[in-house]
Amino acid sequence: MKHVLRRSMIRTLGAALIASTMALPAVAQQQPAAPAAATLDAIRARGTLICGVNTGLAGFAQPDSQGVWRGFDADYCRAVAAALFNDPNKVRYVPTTAQNRFTALQSGEVDMLARNTTWTLSRDTSLGFDFPAINFYDGQGFMVKTSLGVRTARELDGATICVQPGTTTEQNLTDWARANRVNFTPVVIERLEELVTAFVAGRCDAYTTDVSGLASTRSAQARPADYLILPDVISKEPLGPLVRHGDQRFSDLVRWIHFGLVAAEELGITAANVQQMAANDTRPEVQRMLGRNGDLGRMLAVDNAWLVNVIRAVGNYGEVFERNLTPIGIQRGPNAVWPTAGGLQFAPPFR
Amino acid sequence: MSDITLNAAAANPEATPRNPPVATTGPIAWVRENLFSGWLSTAVTLLLGYLIIRSVVGFVDWAFINAIWSVPVVNGVAQTQSCRELHGAGACWAVVTEKHRFMLFGTYPYDEHWRPAIVCVLFVALYIVSAMRRFWNWTLIPIWAVMLTLIGILMWGGVFGLSYVPQERWGGLPITLILATFGLAFAFPLSILVALGRRSNLPAIKVLCVLYVELIRGVPLISLLFMASVMFPLFLPEGMNIDKLLRAQIAIILFAGAYLAEVVRGGLQALPKGQYEAADAMGLTYWQKTGLIILPQALRLVIPPLVNTFIGFFKDTSLVLIIGIFDLLTAGKTAIVEPAWQGFGVEVYVFVGLIYLVFCFAMSKYSQALETDLNRHSRR
Amino acid sequence: MSDATVDPRFRRKPPKRPLRLSWADERIRGIVWQILVVGVVGTIFYWLWSNTAHNLEVRRIATGFGFLNREAGLPIAEHVISYEPTDTYLRALTVGVLNTLKVSIVGIVLATILGTTIGIARLSKNFLVSKIASFYVEVIRDLPLLLQLLFWYTVMQGLPGPRQAFHPTEGVFLSNRGLRFPALEWEGAHTAAVVAFIAGIVLTWLYGRSARAKQMADGQPRRVWPAAIALIAGLPVVVWLAMGAPWTIEWPALRGFNFRGGANVSPEFAALLIGLVTYTAGFIAEVVRAGILAVNQGQWEAAQALGLRHGSVLRLIVLPQALRVIIPPLTSNYLSLAKNSSLAVAIGYQDIVSIANTTLNQTGQAIEGIAIIMAVYLTISLSISLFMNWYNARIALVER
Repeated sequence: MKHVLRRSMIRTLGAALIASTMALPAVAQQQPAAPAAATLDAIRARGTLICGVNTGLAGFAQPDSQGVWRGFDADYCRAVAAALFNDPNKVRYVPTTAQNRFTALQSGEVDMLARNTTWTLSRDTSLGFDFPAINFYDGQGFMVKTSLGVRTARELDGATICVQPGTTTEQNLTDWARANRVNFTPVVIERLEELVTAFVAGRCDAYTTDVSGLASTRSAQARPADYLILPDVISKEPLGPLVRHGDQRFSDLVRWIHFGLVAAEELGITAANVQQMAANDTRPEVQRMLGRNGDLGRMLAVDNAWLVNVIRAVGNYGEVFERNLTPIGIQRGPNAVWPTAGGLQFAPPFR
Repeated sequence: MSDITLNAAAANPEATPRNPPVATTGPIAWVRENLFSGWLSTAVTLLLGYLIIRSVVGFVDWAFINAIWSVPVVNGVAQTQSCRELHGAGACWAVVTEKHRFMLFGTYPYDEHWRPAIVCVLFVALYIVSAMRRFWNWTLIPIWAVMLTLIGILMWGGVFGLSYVPQERWGGLPITLILATFGLAFAFPLSILVALGRRSNLPAIKVLCVLYVELIRGVPLISLLFMASVMFPLFLPEGMNIDKLLRAQIAIILFAGAYLAEVVRGGLQALPKGQYEAADAMGLTYWQKTGLIILPQALRLVIPPLVNTFIGFFKDTSLVLIIGIFDLLTAGKTAIVEPAWQGFGVEVYVFVGLIYLVFCFAMSKYSQALETDLNRHSRR
Repeated sequence: MSDATVDPRFRRKPPKRPLRLSWADERIRGIVWQILVVGVVGTIFYWLWSNTAHNLEVRRIATGFGFLNREAGLPIAEHVISYEPTDTYLRALTVGVLNTLKVSIVGIVLATILGTTIGIARLSKNFLVSKIASFYVEVIRDLPLLLQLLFWYTVMQGLPGPRQAFHPTEGVFLSNRGLRFPALEWEGAHTAAVVAFIAGIVLTWLYGRSARAKQMADGQPRRVWPAAIALIAGLPVVVWLAMGAPWTIEWPALRGFNFRGGANVSPEFAALLIGLVTYTAGFIAEVVRAGILAVNQGQWEAAQALGLRHGSVLRLIVLPQALRVIIPPLTSNYLSLAKNSSLAVAIGYQDIVSIANTTLNQTGQAIEGIAIIMAVYLTISLSISLFMNWYNARIALVER
């Protein structure tokens, strides 16, 4: 009996060993990522774009009940895939935290980061990134409960303030507090939803982040009128996609996809009418943009109908904005298109 | 003086007038014996009974009577006003009804959810088969090989008409099961080598093993996961990249290996010296001695602590939340990011907690039963 | 001489014959194996290290610990020592280490008390008590700690706001900002009293030792407790009185948004502490139960037969034996509590992991940040291990 048991033990051990060696090649699926210079070729060879996004931020990037990534940033990933492959679904979304987002891009784990990241000098230079475009102008603000009776940020002396750690938000807050001689007690929680829950539960008197984030949180509440976004904006937060420094072709493509979306809104091109406009519109710039005239697409090393594909997939800038950000209560504000609506978003000439 | 009389009275019941004997069997006797054996016991019983009834009633009210099980969805946005009007008086299980597939399978393509579902069933089947002593022989090898291949085919696809699903889209329960199972499958052989190395009389090998075990056991898993998340990409040559999930898996394997090595070492140490000496006397080589005499006996001793360690890893895989991998707990927390569902954390935690509880409870009961079973020969 | 520490089964007579350069020679085999293993491990590490050096250079990532002297700029809510965002990263990290130590030490003490209580309750004759205790142990141990922490934090947030705070008694406020209670204004005299208290304990221990030694010599038991009370309680009071007996209580009051004055237990600390204590207590309960069950019933009977009183039996016979079983697993539970405190990062208690994490995020120096975290925990783990090993060796049974 004992002998049999002992033998069976050896067998169990052997079984485990062999099973594990068999599983090794299955798990160890390495993806040789490209060095910075050839991102575009690597994406093409792979057939999918790998896009780093937020782990879950309403309106910007968040999986829905069916597990499909939705949001403003996710649509930018989709737009790039549409331009490259004429298929907006050829995207692999990699959720990244505030902490590992930069390593992921640096190491080539993702091709681009569309993760509402602020453009700063040090990120542009010493971290080795490029910010092709600003797709969302934002600024840091404060939100309080209306019942608190606070009207401006300076009245927050002595308050408890909820803030996400390790972001520019946290540093802006301490800079601002020092400059204005405001004392505050911080509550720092890494995961955004935890932080918002803490604020709503009354753990903090004020919650600070980008105004867009505040608006999104406010609109999500059962009674938005209970919350007040203070008028003070304490920082500039130009948000946009970022890519590795060194591959200008890919960087150019991302930049002009953004400009194409903005120009499309300016010229009235929408997802619904883009096919028809590509065929019939007589304006020369529209003809150039949509690839009927000239070869702007080929200059970007993509199909000449690239912008048709992009707009058919996600719509123009206004449509992307309205689909994702308007429902969570964000106004166009500075992100309206210039010159038609007098905002900051404008596209250089397509020629 | 009075002390002595008391003691005497207790020691010689004959000395006092004898009461009719108290019933020692039957339900009433059981109740008297186990619930009301003294004034203190009675007080505690009454107090606890009251508290239990109060909390059970409160829980039933919250979880069942006042609960809302589903809400209407208009244009893809759930109408959760009815849930919010409860103000916590009842559970809003609608969040689970609406989001359960997301919590279980994460961002896996919605139409293909049957694949991870089968994978979960396969994992459970694999556990059950491996737990049966009838299968503790060579048949386990093909079983594991077939099961793991099947799991791989189902998750990745790309063959037999299944569409290809990249690793980034995996999520939920399968991730938890994969991290725990593969973690054990790889850590176990590693741990045996390390445990043997730690008891080796070759100084260099011994030092290496001791360093590995003590360093890993001295730091929290979270720091290893951070390392996998932000430092690993720096360790590899430019252009080479390992998937995030695999990096976390490697961290868990290294972590589990150190803990299991100590469990296995416990088994090696518990063997009587005579076994080692007898093997040496028979002129067996080191590997013959280890493979034929020592390990079969030592590993049998460590199965129960092994299962307990496995329960620990199963729970610890939830820490990948902190580096943004979509395991069960992360998927649960992401489910409540959507504005409509913000603030229904407790319901989601209860749901996720129940899943963990079912798995861990089953395993710990198995481990206890196994321990009793394996120790039967040593009991008289 | 060193042979004495080597496992006797490995103690062999050194072979008389000289080393033969053959695979059949055991020593040659051993040397080859060692060179092989060390070589492979060394190569792997060298490969990783050279990759890292190359990558750091290519990506222009700064290295070294120079950033420690730069201004941190990160706000920290709870600090044992004074801290401003204008202080250096080094100071911020020190605050983080102290916060980790704070929650670990308090957690270990409370978890031991709760765990022992539950462990004894599991052995209770009262059916309800033992069943509740075992239900508790089963459920707590089967749920991930992270899930429990998140749950407790959610519960903490359910407390009312500062303006509606629970106010059970004068100066005590319980709100979602934490528990505020009156605190003593700390002065030099109080520090002196604490020092006197510690000195009292040491002196009592010394006195007790000499009393025991005398009892061993002449068999006369001596009373230690009057001296103990005088030393432990009296000495601090005398010192405090001698230094002017300062006694000012700081009362908390609602001013502006928050309570000011007094001492505070923050909800993050409370959630982490409750989570760690209840979780670890579940494991300690099992350890304690096993330890008590491990003491043979015959030991009780034999001790009683010697005429020892119940308390003496417990103190001199049962506990020392139970402790010998309890201490090793208890140590590993203490260690895991200290390590589990790193989960604080998920609920916003600023321990070393949270602060090092923010630091590496702001400076981009991941390797240094993680090295700091690991060094801190290794130091804590090794200290607890060493202390418990010393204690374990002290109470270990001297065999044969």
